[in-house]
Amino acid sequence: MTEPIEVSAMPDGLWSQPAVDTAAIDVLGGVEPVRSIRTPASLTYRYTPGLSQSRFLNAMAEGKILGERCPQCGKVYVPSRGACPVDGVPTTEPVEVADRGTVVSYCIVNVEFTGRGFDIPYASALVLPDGGDIPLFGLIQETSHEDVHVGMRVEAKWKPPEEWEKSLENIEWWRPSGEPDADPETYRELV
Amino acid sequence: MRETEVLSAPLLVEYPFTRTVGPVQSAFFTALREGVVLGVRATDGSVVCPPVEYDSFTSESLSELVELGDAGVVTTWAWVTEPRDDQPLDHPFAWALIRIDGADTGMLHAVDAGDESAMATGMRVRIRWADDREGSITDIACFEPEAT
Repeated sequence: MTEPIEVSAMPDGLWSQPAVDTAAIDVLGGVEPVRSIRTPASLTYRYTPGLSQSRFLNAMAEGKILGERCPQCGKVYVPSRGACPVDGVPTTEPVEVADRGTVVSYCIVNVEFTGRGFDIPYASALVLPDGGDIPLFGLIQETSHEDVHVGMRVEAKWKPPEEWEKSLENIEWWRPSGEPDADPETYRELV
Repeated sequence: MRETEVLSAPLLVEYPFTRTVGPVQSAFFTALREGVVLGVRATDGSVVCPPVEYDSFTSESLSELVELGDAGVVTTWAWVTEPRDDQPLDHPFAWALIRIDGADTGMLHAVDAGDESAMATGMRVRIRWADDREGSITDIACFEPEAT
């Protein structure tokens, strides 16, 4: 007589699949049942960022954050997708923005996930760089996650220049700059 | 503005899923690891392989496992001229539905026939077991034409 296969870690009552009669099958007797299978899915792409983002990435390799200005509304997009989403015209004027800015939104990450080596909890945030009109996504470090707030002034923590690549990851994270909080009027449109 | 070289880079999007299998597939995969193929008896008495938890027509729970053979019949197939990464074989092969002896439905798997001309609907094929079995559909390395 084989033991019934216990396959669920769910609390009693939440498991609705039928029990099967394993006793009739000799090879199932006395062996460890399979409880799970690995079913990895992977998609292999070649990513081409286009002209505007290529300019942005080339500038990142030189330690600069490069946006582009819309000739109609004057907004500076970082990184630019090549056109202003409001006016529908090409953004042709490159504009270097500062590597410091203002937290306009954030969230505290309490769940660990693959590919990130940071201790939880930590804060990820949208940072509006000075001179730009849309925020960049980044992590906030070198402060307690409890101190992160909207309006907080932060500066980029760059990797050492010899490690710079054509990647946004040249900025490891953002950290408090020590300046007083930004005037809410400077980021009113973004919150 | 200075002419910009458009960049290009490989991008791999990967989801490392692990999923629980439930009692019926647990029995199926456990038996595969032990070198045995299982089906399940449906409400009308037919045998479904790979086994399912519920009857396709009546939705009733199914619980009677049935031990099957390690050979079967190709009911339909498609030839793969250029295998992709992670497919069961690294040379041309056939995807086929194989009705295992003792079952009434087809199981999708690879047939290592060598050449497309060796494939035929109705041909008999036999399991080539993987050297290291761990409780997975890949415990069946592939099927191969039965020696005649």
